Amino acid sequence: MEVKLKIFRFDSKGDKEPHYDTFIVEAKPTERVLDCLNRIRWEQDASLAYRMSCAHGICGSDGMTISGTSALACQKLVKDYDYSKEILIEPLRFFPIIKDLVVDMTPFFSREKSVHPEGRIALTPTDEGREHLQSIRERAQFDDDIKCIMCACCVSACPVNLKEDPSYVGPAAILRAHRYIFDSRTQDPLERMRIMDKPHGIWECKTYFKCTEVCPKGIRVTDRILEAKRKILGELHLVK
Amino acid sequence: MIQQYDAVIVGAGIAGLTAAMKASESCNVAVVSKVYASRSHSGAAQGGIAASLGNEEEDHWEWHMFDTVKGGDYLVDQDMAEILAREAPERIIELEHLGVPFSRNKDGKIEQRRFGGHTKNFGEAPIKRACYASDRTGRVIMDTIFDHCLVRGVKIYDELFAKSLLITNKKCCGVAGYDLATGEMEIIHAKAVMLATGGCGRIFKTTSMSFAATGDGFQLAFDAGVPLEDMEFVQFHPTGIRGLGILISEAARAEGGILRNNSGEQFMERYAPTLKDLAPRDIISRAILVEIQAGRGIDGSDYVNLDLTSIGKKQLQLELSEIASFAKTYLGIDPSEAPIPVAPTCHYMMGGIPTDAVGRVLVDGNKKPFPGLYAAGECACVSVHGANRLGTNSLVDLLVFGRRAGEDIAKYVKENSLPPLPQDAEATASKEISRLLELTGKERIATIRDETQKVMMDKCSVFREKKGLEQALNKIRELKNRWENVGLTYNGKSYNYELEDALELGNMLKLAEVIVFSALRREESRGAHYRNDFTERNDENWLKHTLVFQTPEGLQVSYKPVTVTRFEPKARKY
Repeated sequence: MEVKLKIFRFDSKGDKEPHYDTFIVEAKPTERVLDCLNRIRWEQDASLAYRMSCAHGICGSDGMTISGTSALACQKLVKDYDYSKEILIEPLRFFPIIKDLVVDMTPFFSREKSVHPEGRIALTPTDEGREHLQSIRERAQFDDDIKCIMCACCVSACPVNLKEDPSYVGPAAILRAHRYIFDSRTQDPLERMRIMDKPHGIWECKTYFKCTEVCPKGIRVTDRILEAKRKILGELHLVK
Repeated sequence: MIQQYDAVIVGAGIAGLTAAMKASESCNVAVVSKVYASRSHSGAAQGGIAASLGNEEEDHWEWHMFDTVKGGDYLVDQDMAEILAREAPERIIELEHLGVPFSRNKDGKIEQRRFGGHTKNFGEAPIKRACYASDRTGRVIMDTIFDHCLVRGVKIYDELFAKSLLITNKKCCGVAGYDLATGEMEIIHAKAVMLATGGCGRIFKTTSMSFAATGDGFQLAFDAGVPLEDMEFVQFHPTGIRGLGILISEAARAEGGILRNNSGEQFMERYAPTLKDLAPRDIISRAILVEIQAGRGIDGSDYVNLDLTSIGKKQLQLELSEIASFAKTYLGIDPSEAPIPVAPTCHYMMGGIPTDAVGRVLVDGNKKPFPGLYAAGECACVSVHGANRLGTNSLVDLLVFGRRAGEDIAKYVKENSLPPLPQDAEATASKEISRLLELTGKERIATIRDETQKVMMDKCSVFREKKGLEQALNKIRELKNRWENVGLTYNGKSYNYELEDALELGNMLKLAEVIVFSALRREESRGAHYRNDFTERNDENWLKHTLVFQTPEGLQVSYKPVTVTRFEPKARKY
């Protein structure tokens, strides 16, 4: 079957304006969008730039905007889209575009790093040679968080990041902070709550639920953000 | 550009980052990765990490060591397996203290589950030894160590492809890397270099490995005159999703999953009466293919079913949510209701760059270290996996030997001065890239790659024999010649993935030749290396490691003895 893909093209070293190229590839409806892109790069146009590695939704390399929505190209199949027309492939939104579908991920990883207090990740001290004890229930508190693969789909779909406050720390970093705030082993969860409590921090979230809608790992990101907000409100703001 | 560090580590998976974290306590470390560091394939490890913590039932490191030796069909160096099994519990506790979110049991301790080939009391019955975090164990370990590297100031170079090792007076002193973003060469000048680049599964048509697993690290060492050890031992994991090769963790069988043939029979009962579906991977992969060859594949076709329907929806969601989502995404199957079609998929290289117990690369393959050069993880061969690796033993290998390498690197850089760079290091490397960009040959990369993957899968995977291996060797040599005549259709500088593909394909072809060459010479069946024409293990002639050297006259083979300490080789039955 022939599938038509309309792909965003732009080279920040040279092009003034982006344009779109259309490619037709042979693909089955059950094949991955990534398979189509690979066929294009390997057989038709070697200049097409996009990142990919594991090809099964684990490494987080191939986040892009597919027919208007942030997604991983290796996790979406041709049949997930109306392939009788064309599948529109664009880079992740929000991030500076370097070439075609390759974006500058620096703004993403600097946000991830910003949730750690000055150079350390401290857990409560415990006996040498023994693990911390943590109940199944305590561990479950942050089970959603550790599914994150840092693909940046959530940030690129977040209306706050996109329109309201470009400096907003964004859903993925809040999820990272949630992971430590809700881990019973964290030495001082208040430190991370204070980081989240700053301007452009957690209070910028307006619960649009876009992060949750697009998350390729099915993480209930908005729920976790709300949990963190409640915790921060209780610990830092409400008079006890 | 030339940058200086005490040490540079190639590869940002768990072995590389563990070494970086350790070495960075006392020296200045850079990590280079051809993908974004957090994309490394250690993150895809699913089921668990072995350690005799004994949180669920009595366990001892000696039992773990025995299982590792027997699992490796006695080709394991037992002094190294002893280190692995003894140090595993410490490493797990250390990970927990770093913040790795292991799943917990009702006592609040790290939960452990069963895994293939891990047994109690030297083979009696399966044992719960695999520590885990649902089915994303590798991901959470890698992310945690990555976070620690970031806060400790390890410099990470993302998307830098290690093109060659820099060597002055037989000492390794850095890496020349091709920067994908700029198309320029970066010279990382350092007293010590560590290779931690993972496997090369992309040589085979069906693999669970990422596109990045093209064996670049093996090739860097091989080109520097180091032999490759035991490369004929390639693990095919029994349960890859049919056609795609995407891994369905052994944890699925640990949780109660059963392999069934076309009549619904649990056929592993016939092949491994004691461990059944939790037998080691080599044995199950062969059993699946024997069933298929006997016409007992599903619908007489080329796959069997992995039946998880007895596990229950809730347990699946709790312990195996990743693989449940793979089945749903790629097959439209809910594994609590319908079986998953599976077939063997290339999963792991037992062989690799010979190293000693502290990660030093052995330039003669035997005793003599290559000054300044280290390796750990899948690209190294220490050898703890022998002829077949047990599930959950790779993550522990990365931690135990990655850490040991990191420690020794820190010591080495204190005691040694920085060798000068080879003359014109930068110019030489740039010239090579320019040469590649101007290649105008008629051969296409994708075609040669497809043919390589096909012949390796057909002739050099689970079942092998002399005639097929000879055909494969000829074919690979023909493809190598054709690669010399490859042309690039794009010569832009920024994000030229075609150039990267060409470099990777060159590496893959050389490694394919070493694998076939080694397999052809080993006239016995042991672990993952099965010869239809020599179906028995032959300890008298073949209880030895293969070493393949690159010489001007072509590949040369030699052998070295296996270290046997506690466990004399015995027949391997499960």
